Amino acid sequence: METKNIMIVGVGGQGTLLASKLLGRLLLTKGFDVKVSEVHGMSQRGGSVVTYVRWGDKVCSPIIDKGQADCILSFELLEAARYTEYLKPGGRIIVNSQQINPMPVIAGAAVYPDKLVEKLSALDINVDALDALSLAEEAGSSKAVNLVLMGRLAKHFDFTDEEWMDAIEHSVPPKFLEMNKKAFEAGRSA
Amino acid sequence: MKTLMLGNEAVARGLYEAGCSFVSSYPGTPSTEITECIAKYEEVYAEWAPNEKVALEAALGASLRGKRSFCAMKHVGLNVAADPLFTISYTGVNAGLIIGVADDAGMHSSQNEQDSRHYARAAKIPMLEPSDSAEGLAFAKLAYELSEEYDTAVLIKMCTRVSHSQSVVETGERVLPAQKPYEKNPGKYIMMPANAKRRHPAVEERTKALTAWAEKSEINRIEPGQDKSVGIITSSTCYQYVKEAFGDTYPVLKLGMIWPMPEQKIRDFAASVDKLVVVEELDSFIETHCRNLGLSVTGKELFTNIGELSQNLVKEKLGGSVQAGALLGEDIPARPPVMCAGCPHRSLFYVLKKLNLTVLGDIGCYTLGAVAPLNAIDTTVCMGASVSGLHGFVKAGDEENAGRTVAVIGDSTFIHSGVTGLINIAYNESNSTVIILDNSITGMTGHQQNPTTGYNLKGDPCTKIDLESLCRAVGIKRVRVVDPYDMDACQTAIQEELAAKEPSVIISRRPCALLKYVRHPGPICSDPEKCKGCKACMNIGCPAISMEDGKVKIDTTLCVGCGVCEQLCKFGALG
Repeated sequence: METKNIMIVGVGGQGTLLASKLLGRLLLTKGFDVKVSEVHGMSQRGGSVVTYVRWGDKVCSPIIDKGQADCILSFELLEAARYTEYLKPGGRIIVNSQQINPMPVIAGAAVYPDKLVEKLSALDINVDALDALSLAEEAGSSKAVNLVLMGRLAKHFDFTDEEWMDAIEHSVPPKFLEMNKKAFEAGRSA
Repeated sequence: MKTLMLGNEAVARGLYEAGCSFVSSYPGTPSTEITECIAKYEEVYAEWAPNEKVALEAALGASLRGKRSFCAMKHVGLNVAADPLFTISYTGVNAGLIIGVADDAGMHSSQNEQDSRHYARAAKIPMLEPSDSAEGLAFAKLAYELSEEYDTAVLIKMCTRVSHSQSVVETGERVLPAQKPYEKNPGKYIMMPANAKRRHPAVEERTKALTAWAEKSEINRIEPGQDKSVGIITSSTCYQYVKEAFGDTYPVLKLGMIWPMPEQKIRDFAASVDKLVVVEELDSFIETHCRNLGLSVTGKELFTNIGELSQNLVKEKLGGSVQAGALLGEDIPARPPVMCAGCPHRSLFYVLKKLNLTVLGDIGCYTLGAVAPLNAIDTTVCMGASVSGLHGFVKAGDEENAGRTVAVIGDSTFIHSGVTGLINIAYNESNSTVIILDNSITGMTGHQQNPTTGYNLKGDPCTKIDLESLCRAVGIKRVRVVDPYDMDACQTAIQEELAAKEPSVIISRRPCALLKYVRHPGPICSDPEKCKGCKACMNIGCPAISMEDGKVKIDTTLCVGCGVCEQLCKFGALG
């Protein structure tokens, strides 16, 4: 099969690394060749972060280049807009509609663009926007945004419930398992 | 068993399986996880050393005593360890010794973009370069064999994309070789001139022998391609970009050992293709080698020596076409990294800015004090340079600007190489004021213990260096401690120490807000009735504070309740 590409983007500290860990495990158990590329260090301090997840029969590059992503999973609205160029024409973007102001906006040196969901929808891409933060809070914790988004992603992929649950169980601490499963369900059914 | 591993984790696994028993490192992105991962194996002794030079010398000691040893560092760390590196080339080893070094093309988390491959050639030490996690594991094991067979330390060069990408590895069992006896051997281990003169020819002979190995080794392999109009020599993550871009179209010579490089194999490969192309990140290392062999080669005129390459870039430069993505055509504000909400450094930098001081900075989270709106740092060069630089800055100044300059340095960085600069301040008597930002952890690299925290790499309690005593012991009489959350106290302390006619150290002490044991009071409340919209609270650049409809708004998911903004509000709108 042709290599599939998902980018997970967001703001440092939002839990994007857990999402990629979960997805990586799931894909490996499915028997694919998998590469997951992360950025650690300074960029993690509230900066724009991006993780690349690639799978197929044989994956070479650990990164996804412009025009190559089948799907972008964005933890924040502005970050979705930042990386649209990486989507294939007709690609899908799943976006948490939460807005987190970057420092230039907080400091008044820049403006957070308005109507981003509408602007994204006008492009030749599929936009699936949801309020993952509220869904996560309803499930029990604002920190479960990542599982809400994973649930949403699950809608578009042909993996079984068992496979998803196995990956979740291996990626989150036992005491938060039920809450995370709830968040996953909330994302999938929203 | 097949499993997904970060490149760094895979190297750690390879070291473990090869019987590595001693590890000493200093953390540095993107190398840190190699040491963190190997520390999880109970059978392996692993430690954080105060700096890379100490780490490498400790690893050499363990090798001489007969145990397979390892140390890891980032590219700039190898500069610190360069002194032992060049002479370890002469002494060789007893049990195998591997040095892991991770470059950061693209400077995701670094102050420069140096290419560590030059060190291999300069120090005449072989260097292996894995291109994914599976090779990371395999090359770590291979490196010990080479190290012991050729009596040399071996460098394993990683880069951000190999270190921080997970790919599939197959793990094996640990095989622990018997400890080698230590035998006194002055001619090999005492590098005084007479002995070193005898060792240098041995080093040159070793490089010849390793070149012969490189000719036949399978890690320098030719992968056939259908179209021989172009032949590509590459290594590391660039190999993956080439394969992604072209698959099996062009023949590829994939180098697993980047120093010494084969000669005949490269000549044969060049002769088998119409045009020889080198794809490598940063400097023209392989390309220069090819030119030295008298070959006609294309490299840096196509592929920049600045930043990272990618599959699209490789494809386009060699005449291929790439698919464009969807362009939004909107100005997207940048999202640079910032100091976290509740970071104890923030308020200290606010005070420094308020006093309009010249601030010599250093390497760590607090480098972020340089960005808007704080803009509170004047220089950042390398580990320790704030303290030693301050001494020169003060000595070269005059009465008029005396008392206007300070150095800021973190606890771990101070131990790494700030303390030697402080000794210079005391010994050569400059009226310098050094501020140690003691957040009780090595922060930027992801919370590593250090000699001032009271815990070691394995998490066990250990001797804790007392910073106050250390500063006094080197000759600084004025040493005081402040709480950075208390901005008035910080301002008073800084003004008093700058006015004093002798060197001083201020320790700004409060643990990193992200440490799990730190208890926070909970988010600040904002009162829109009292807020006048003066934006005084915005001047500290806290990511939890923003303005909405002219009134302050606190992001309660981020705010930890440090109370710094409260001190800035004259109207009691925050509290």
